[in-house]
Amino acid sequence: MTGKGKRERENVLLEIRDLHATVEGREILKGVDLVVHTGEVHAIMGPNGSGKSTLAQVLAGHPGYTVTAGSALYEGKDLLAMTPEVRAREGVFLAFQYPVAIRGITNAYFLRFAVNAIRKHRGEEELGPVEFMDALEEKLKVIGWDDSYLNRPVNDGFSGGEKKRNEILQLAVLEPKLAILDETDSGLDIDALKTVAQTVEKLRRPHNATVIVTHYYRILTHIQPDVVHVLSAGRIVKSGGKELAVELEEKGYDWIREVA
Amino acid sequence: MTEPYVRDFQAFASNGAAGAPPWLREIREGAIARFTALGFPTMKQEAWRFTSVAPIAETHFTLPGSRRPQLALRDVAALSALGAGPRLVFVDGRYEPGLSSLAGLPEGVQATSLAEATRSGPRGELARRHLARYAPWQDSAFAALNTAFLADGAFVHVAADTVLAQPLEVLFLATSGTAVTGAGGPTVSHPRSLFIVERGARATLMESYASIADGLQWTNAVTETVVGEGARVELYRVQREGRNAYHIATTQSRQERDSYLGLHVLTLGGSLARHDITTVLDGTGAELILNGLYVLGGSQHADHHTVIDHARPHCASHEFFNGVLAERAHGVFNGRIIVRPGAQRTDSKQTNNNLLLSTEARADSQPQLEIYADDVKCTHGSTVGPLDQTALYYLRSRGLSPETAQSLVTYGFAAEILGRMQRPDVRERLDRLVRAGLA
Ligand SMILES: Nc1ncnc2c1ncn2[C@@H]1O[C@H](COP(=O)(O)OP(=O)(O)OP(=O)(O)O)[C@@H](O)[C@H]1O
Ligand SMILES: [Mg+2]
Repeated sequence: MTGKGKRERENVLLEIRDLHATVEGREILKGVDLVVHTGEVHAIMGPNGSGKSTLAQVLAGHPGYTVTAGSALYEGKDLLAMTPEVRAREGVFLAFQYPVAIRGITNAYFLRFAVNAIRKHRGEEELGPVEFMDALEEKLKVIGWDDSYLNRPVNDGFSGGEKKRNEILQLAVLEPKLAILDETDSGLDIDALKTVAQTVEKLRRPHNATVIVTHYYRILTHIQPDVVHVLSAGRIVKSGGKELAVELEEKGYDWIREVA
Repeated sequence: MTEPYVRDFQAFASNGAAGAPPWLREIREGAIARFTALGFPTMKQEAWRFTSVAPIAETHFTLPGSRRPQLALRDVAALSALGAGPRLVFVDGRYEPGLSSLAGLPEGVQATSLAEATRSGPRGELARRHLARYAPWQDSAFAALNTAFLADGAFVHVAADTVLAQPLEVLFLATSGTAVTGAGGPTVSHPRSLFIVERGARATLMESYASIADGLQWTNAVTETVVGEGARVELYRVQREGRNAYHIATTQSRQERDSYLGLHVLTLGGSLARHDITTVLDGTGAELILNGLYVLGGSQHADHHTVIDHARPHCASHEFFNGVLAERAHGVFNGRIIVRPGAQRTDSKQTNNNLLLSTEARADSQPQLEIYADDVKCTHGSTVGPLDQTALYYLRSRGLSPETAQSLVTYGFAAEILGRMQRPDVRERLDRLVRAGLA
């Protein structure tokens, strides 16, 4: 192995090989291969129903999906063998395409549980309510929200865009190593879109990586992806640089489907 | 099944209670007659479809004897919902001045026993004007029985434009005949409360029920509340009696013009509980928040029947009842909203959500709308279901353990109701009781 090859191996954060997954007996992922290195931003595009959210949810550990073949290594460890909560504590974060409401539980209350679960896992001291609120205030500023959102039940009665922003708030607070954003840019206004981009940029550190699932070229003008993939019918059928996103914007998916 | 109570009534009327004023004696006579005529309800009656009171009807519960349990103030503080502050304490419905503390009540607030308040004098006049004028003892056997044995209870009067800033608690402790005297059968107490908050006044009141002993006991409570013009009242009610307690309650409120009532009901205790709540919005511009929570486990059964009566135009009522049902518990909710002819611009919203934590738990939820006016806004909705798996997964995807996720989603059901309680100090106390109930 050459020096460069060795370094690249060491920098692999996520390595997915020939991943197959079913939901309710129907095969959705039909052999996905994807390697994400630390420091990279990947974009996954592709037609509706091609399996993008399925891939994201399989990586987060949704119990409704069954992996039938293949593997996913995260930091060299078997990601698929971990429970959803262990994945989160190990630094995997999925911003849901459809964030879930937790009635009666305020954002602040919930977030402190999440932060402390992760801190405890890392052997760090858990944060008390006051310390936590101080830390939270800062993150709120980043996404341009006031306190009122902290005292509202998680995603309950939130508008579509507010739910997406709330995912970004969680992303900012939890500071994951691997962030998977499933259409977080859909339904956001122009300012919120910039906020998402800024938050992702802030998290872009040498040891982190981001995977953005999106339908829109626009977010990719704010966040420069290193690699763009096209997922079609449960497989990654094309990968390229950011110019691929430009090409897709112009031509749609049909030309790739034919190739596939 | 009603005869033993009639015999007990005759003894009661000719003995200790004979000193009551004639108007009260007359009401009692009428009430025992109504009780006899109505009899104990059966499941054949629509309003009792889901709740059998056979365990009550088939047992003869006697009035407690004169022997009282020895209670220390410390014990009382532990049983009180608020733990501190002014309170009237009752044991088996009888006032205990030695256990009560009324220090610090502002001028214009009278808090005393009904026995005292029904004596002659201006106070007696006040009691006479309101007592048994609202509770439906003509139609309800239980309210009738309570009224027949009416001798004591809580009397709170807040004079016009007076502010009762500190919450005032009325604490009813139930003993069990066998546990206290070591002999004799199970006992019944008939707690009675009359709260009068006059025009422009503000008050926070707490009505709480707890058991001293865990033996078989029956509490049959009636509460009447009058909220005067422009007055604002937060009325909390906590029932956390023992696991062998039967708790039947009738709560009746009447609101006058531009008044606000926040009625918060928390049902945690008892093996069989039935609570009939009727609120009448009897003045233009009145506002009601009826906010309830039942947290049940084991084989507990609790039935809440609520009636919100929009008698005047431009009133708003918001009703929220949540239930958390574990093990073999059974929760019943029936919410009736009546909009009387002419009660235009009524704004009424009702929801009842039930969380079933086991496959054996059960909830029955029935909304009933009776609308006789055309320009109104009324909505209602109810849900019964298990823990939301998607919500659990969402929380786990943020690092929470399955156990923490489950307890958070469950607590959320309770927190929704707790969040509407406007007094942070009271809310915090009740939050602790609820958490203990969920644990
Ligand atoms: N619970 C389920 N039961 C049945 N089919 C499902 C279920 N969940 C997903 N699918 C199907 O799996 C396929 C892939 O869905 P997925 O949500 O992964 O698509 P996607 O690429 O994210 O699409 P979009 O761009 O619209 O978000 C779709 O055909 C969808 O209908
Ligand atoms: Mg999707």
